[in-house]
Amino acid sequence: MTTLATPAVKSSTALKPAARRRMGSAIWGVVAWVAGIIFVFPVIWMVLTSFKQEQDAASNPPTWVFTPTFDQYAQVFDRNIMPFLLNSLMASVFSTLLVVILATPAAYALSLRPVAKWTDALFFFISTKMMPAVAALLPVYLLVKNLGMLDNVWTMVLLYTSMNLPLAVWMMRSFLLEVPREVLEAGEVDGAGLVTSIRKIILPIVSPGLAATALICFIFAWNEFFLAVNLTATNAGTAPIFLVGFISSEGLFLARLCAAATLVSLPVLIAGWVAQNKLVRGLSMGAVK
Amino acid sequence: MTDVITRADPKPDVPVVSPKGGAKDRWVRRAPLLPALIFAIVVTQVPFLVTIYLSTLDWNALRPGDRPFVFLDNYVTVLTDTRLQSALLNTVLLTAGAVIFSMILGLALAILLDRKFFGRGVVRTMLITPFLVMPIAAALLWKHALYNPAYGLINGIFGGSTDWVSSYPKAAVIATLVWQWTPFMMLILLAGLQSQSEDILEAARVDGAGAWKIFTHMTLPHMRQYLELGALLGSIYLVNTFDAVFTITQGGPGTATTNLPYEIYLTTFRKFEYGEASAAGVIVVILTIIVATFALRVISSLFRMEESR
Repeated sequence: MTTLATPAVKSSTALKPAARRRMGSAIWGVVAWVAGIIFVFPVIWMVLTSFKQEQDAASNPPTWVFTPTFDQYAQVFDRNIMPFLLNSLMASVFSTLLVVILATPAAYALSLRPVAKWTDALFFFISTKMMPAVAALLPVYLLVKNLGMLDNVWTMVLLYTSMNLPLAVWMMRSFLLEVPREVLEAGEVDGAGLVTSIRKIILPIVSPGLAATALICFIFAWNEFFLAVNLTATNAGTAPIFLVGFISSEGLFLARLCAAATLVSLPVLIAGWVAQNKLVRGLSMGAVK
Repeated sequence: MTDVITRADPKPDVPVVSPKGGAKDRWVRRAPLLPALIFAIVVTQVPFLVTIYLSTLDWNALRPGDRPFVFLDNYVTVLTDTRLQSALLNTVLLTAGAVIFSMILGLALAILLDRKFFGRGVVRTMLITPFLVMPIAAALLWKHALYNPAYGLINGIFGGSTDWVSSYPKAAVIATLVWQWTPFMMLILLAGLQSQSEDILEAARVDGAGAWKIFTHMTLPHMRQYLELGALLGSIYLVNTFDAVFTITQGGPGTATTNLPYEIYLTTFRKFEYGEASAAGVIVVILTIIVATFALRVISSLFRMEESR
């Protein structure tokens, strides 16, 4: 607070309305801080609880002071969370790679050198995103079962690729449109071939966008639950599946649950914090910049 | 679908297909698009066609024997079954509740964040954090650590021994969803607020317009498209809510929180009524198409706006 008040005092011209406006903005700043803390509090509580012993975790009134322990994390690793995390990592990373490989050329053909009916193609992609997964679950399940691909990470890679493809196409397109056409044309005049102009002109401009697209796809794949719970079991179970066991535990293992929840959320929390400036663009499929 | 694509080509000076380039040029242009297009068609459209086919069969996986073709019988069963109707109603209530409350909260937070204050970046990071928690982890956290009557944080702080999930199942699910989705709304609305021209606002202030008047006469009209976009994208994501229902209430008590995805999941993997589940799936897709048509219109108009700037 003091840091806010000082400049107000320093500005010797301190006109009364200006001072009042500063005062007002300080108050709104406090309100914003309170709102932020309320919103993040359940997450803080989750992390705090994950460092408690079980009897402190399930206490009423809540325990605020305790000796932190890593016991719950040790328990979670003892219960073999590693294969679940690795499955999630594989499904998310490979599907993200595949999405980027498929979506980037497609976005190019829908922006810089558009095909004839590019709007139709663009809206076809987004319409697949709107189709609820429940409607396709049964045929996918039956097909995967007949192919002997149930409980297989590569099945999840393919499904997550199709889940994220429309998002990535729209997002990459919005980044590709930012490549100045004049620069591209100048390159062509100078005799730059397609490969050269992609490498020297397009990639440097869109690589932050490419990274943001990949991060968003990673987040959605990592968090996906519906397909995973219906199509995987012990072999290919992803991180969310590890948590299913806690649903009916009635909080007997609250601290352990919090440790597991913190652990599986951590990659996306980090990815999201890093990419927060690009988050809105990805979530709105490139519509909002 | 074509009726929604009314936007003008944003770069009319670019020849979409050069006149002298013939079929070869067209295929060269199409080539980069084809892998993604074919992949999307195979993985998303073909299963749906299969769903339509399955929906005409009387097929329960627990019953051995043939799967007679029954044409529209499954649709009649599903549409006259009160379970689907209540699931439809619950879907609307859960989606609308979550979207409306997260919009209101998101707008309030976006307005707060649109001001300059000490530590704005930190507050923004705190506010988006709920959205980044894995949805099933968030649902478990709320169910056990917050709502639990004996040692949940809510009763722990405010006292009492309310069993929040059994007493207010819908509100319990909606509150969890609102907590997760408010950051999403906030980010979209904040982008809208920040795209307002500062000069025009300043001019209005100089002309003596009060803060409230500026908000209702200038900010809200400007925000309309962002509000619509947030509501529609939020609805698209939230209408498929499965994690929270599966985790917090298992659709209960009774069918109080059974929404369409959960109902279809139960029909498929608990009752093994494959035919009926497929029919319900087709109905959901038809409903989605109706909603999505509006969504696409809003999205394309927003694009027109962005690109005309």
